[in-house]
Amino acid sequence: MRTAFVEEVTKLAEKDKNVWLITGDLGFSVFDDFKNKFPDQYLNVGVAEQNLISIAAGLAMSGKKVFVYSISTFMSMRPLEQIRNDLCYQNLSVYLIGGGSTFSYSTFGCTHFALEDIGLMRILPNMAVVSPGDPLEVRALIRDIYKRNSPAYMRIAKKGEPVVHTSQDRISLGKAAKVFEGKDAAILVCGRQLPNALSAASALKKEGINCRVLSFHTVKPLDVETILKAAKETDGLIIVEEHFRIGGLSSAVAETLVINGLSIPMISVSISDEFPKGSGSQDYFLKKHDLTPEGIANAVKKVLHYGKKH
Amino acid sequence: MKAKNYIKLISKLKSHALNARRNVVRSSAIAGSIHIASSLSPIDILTTLYFDTLRINPRYPDNPMRDRFIFSKGHGGLGLYCVLTERGFLSEKLLNKYGQDGSILTVHPVRGSVPGIEATTGSLGHGLGMGLGIALTNKRNKNPGRVFVILSDGECDEGSTWEAVMLAGHLKLDNLVAIVDYNKLQCYGKVKEVLDLEPFADKWQASKWEVVEADGHNFSELVLAFRNIPLQKGRPTVIIAHTIRGKGLPYMENTIEGYYINIKMEDLDKRLAEIY
Repeated sequence: MRTAFVEEVTKLAEKDKNVWLITGDLGFSVFDDFKNKFPDQYLNVGVAEQNLISIAAGLAMSGKKVFVYSISTFMSMRPLEQIRNDLCYQNLSVYLIGGGSTFSYSTFGCTHFALEDIGLMRILPNMAVVSPGDPLEVRALIRDIYKRNSPAYMRIAKKGEPVVHTSQDRISLGKAAKVFEGKDAAILVCGRQLPNALSAASALKKEGINCRVLSFHTVKPLDVETILKAAKETDGLIIVEEHFRIGGLSSAVAETLVINGLSIPMISVSISDEFPKGSGSQDYFLKKHDLTPEGIANAVKKVLHYGKKH
Repeated sequence: MKAKNYIKLISKLKSHALNARRNVVRSSAIAGSIHIASSLSPIDILTTLYFDTLRINPRYPDNPMRDRFIFSKGHGGLGLYCVLTERGFLSEKLLNKYGQDGSILTVHPVRGSVPGIEATTGSLGHGLGMGLGIALTNKRNKNPGRVFVILSDGECDEGSTWEAVMLAGHLKLDNLVAIVDYNKLQCYGKVKEVLDLEPFADKWQASKWEVVEADGHNFSELVLAFRNIPLQKGRPTVIIAHTIRGKGLPYMENTIEGYYINIKMEDLDKRLAEIY
């Protein structure tokens, strides 16, 4: 995903001299090509995230469209107030790219786990929040957020994520992408769990359970219409996200259902409300939180069971 | 500059500053608002900037080549509004609504609310970074516009201020000017007692800035300091302006309480008469 991001931004910078890329001393080696090609559109501000955001605001106040790169945790929390006041309140064309999904830096410990970034960004007015599920979603959404004259936050996983979409798929900001048909239940997935959701749906189909898989790469503005449709047409919703259960897509969907007066069985496959302990591989942590094809499939069965019971 | 013109300039600055101070006191009394002393201390600096230093024109507030001014110590916003009114960016009518229901003018300035407000401020430690971003763009675009940022002394407690100080020196942004309204008082006490900034000039110099110390209420010193910018090519400039919080309103000068008290309407005429 990171390569997809860098390639798309490079294309944009070629066409538009107002496109800048700035970093808080992270992304070692991946920006070398960009920096060499566009030295006047690049800056490393050092390890100073607050300043990183204020500078991005200053650049945007001078007519630039600014992509900012840092690790998701440092990007979304240290300068949260700069994001709120300088970017959102002033409504500027600054696009934050948070590298590293929840457990990308799995052996580093919890300081490096992005668990609440989407929730924090989602609260802020004027902000768009996206968490792409494959490299093609990264590319399409980079192009879409660049068209905005308002801020955006994108969480991208590190590398090696499989391509799920085909080049014909229409991927656009604010519109969930249906990647699998089904009417028994709907899996609403956000971010790099997309392939797992798809695997779960394929496996369940063999057992006679037909699951719709919706890629909710955009958490804000939320595709309310698609949520309501899924709630009306299926017997249960399963929300899958590598994020704390509080604040992210799970919360967004729950809010939407309640506000629209819909009651439907729903399960969130996400990170429970505690700091994950210790070290381990990315898969180790994901498995612990059922963020696997099996874990998702089990959640589907559980939801449908609830559905029958009530 | 000829002596005659110079004397004329100084007397013009004095008269605008006096008007601005009267407006600060009048508007805050009507609004019942605080931060009066913090709005008074930078008035002479603001007046010098808006009537001598800044290359700006209220008729073309968005000219891309203009100098930009950022009021990073947003809590003194009323001081800025009053000088902008003197300079013709803001109407008296709008200023008179300050603090009233539905007024567009908040205590802390909001970018674009009225012409001349270049940045939204209010939380300390944001202005210098934004100014740095603008100055860097101007450098790379070969735009002659300079960027001036007023900081409060208390604001220099913020880590983010120093992130920007270090980077501006490193990037050799000689089109960036910081002015510290060094009135020696912060919210809870004397700067010296809360968190001593001294040796203050050394800290800027160590970060590759040129430092000028000036009396922030002496127009001759301020005019000269601003006209000499940049002092050295490739280095940003900081003017450490020694000021008096509440300057011009004797009973409020140099008091901690000056940050918090408001002026009662029944005292307004008396206070207006005291202003110098």
